[in-house]
Amino acid sequence: MDITWYLVLSAFIFAIGAAGVMSRRNPLVVLLCLELMLNAGNLALIAFSRMHGGEAGQVFALIVMVIAACEVVIGLGIIVAMYRRRLPIDVDEMSELRG
Amino acid sequence: MWFEQVLFFLAAIGALAGALGVVILRNPFYSVLALVVHLVALAVLFLLLQAEFLAAGQVVVYAGAVMVLYIFVVAYIGGSDEPLRPEGGALGVFGPLFAAAVGIELTIAFAASGLEALDTTGEEVGAGFGSPAAIGQLLLTRFLVPFEAASYLLLVAAVGAVVLARRRRGLEGTSEAGPEAV
Repeated sequence: MDITWYLVLSAFIFAIGAAGVMSRRNPLVVLLCLELMLNAGNLALIAFSRMHGGEAGQVFALIVMVIAACEVVIGLGIIVAMYRRRLPIDVDEMSELRG
Repeated sequence: MWFEQVLFFLAAIGALAGALGVVILRNPFYSVLALVVHLVALAVLFLLLQAEFLAAGQVVVYAGAVMVLYIFVVAYIGGSDEPLRPEGGALGVFGPLFAAAVGIELTIAFAASGLEALDTTGEEVGAGFGSPAAIGQLLLTRFLVPFEAASYLLLVAAVGAVVLARRRRGLEGTSEAGPEAV
């Protein structure tokens, strides 16, 4: 398969994730859509690493996976804290940083 | 080579369907399950690109550990169905349009980039390409500092999550005791 196919697929996945981030209101689903966007970036990195025949791109993808895991842990921690404080689980309601 | 193409299209359809499912499904629990489908399909694509170690990591770490965390939180906060957006809202209309524009733009950018290597199947690589041995050697020699930084980042994130989700005595008491105390 040509590398272009993989890159176009990653562009589509990125666009779907961006649509979800902008149109969904549940912060859990927004986090899931962020995962989609990060995974699209991973796919492009690995496709480029295959294109160059070097493994550096795969190491970048591994670091992106670590970043995604950190983001999930912090995001879910914030959601659990919101739930404990009886705040609405809705990104439109949570428009200010003040606790 | 036809086998590789069939596998690519099957995995691509799975990845796109999973991604659409995450965005479209109303119940967050089903969204998480759709993301698992998406991640497994992506692992197949990684295998096709000879990134064996990352494919295994994708299934074990992502589809295994991270998704368990998601499912736990969805179950904890009670994944209630999100009501359909009543008033529509500007972002509800323009968000998907904007995202479609981004997708088309990226596709054009890839197609018109003029990189000749894009229309090949990539450089010739040996059998050890993307194996755990090769990745591990890179992580411990050339990318040692990013590797250590990533491990510290994970530690900071774990501590931060504990601090964020901890029960706060004072704040919790005032908000929780409200209805019951009266």
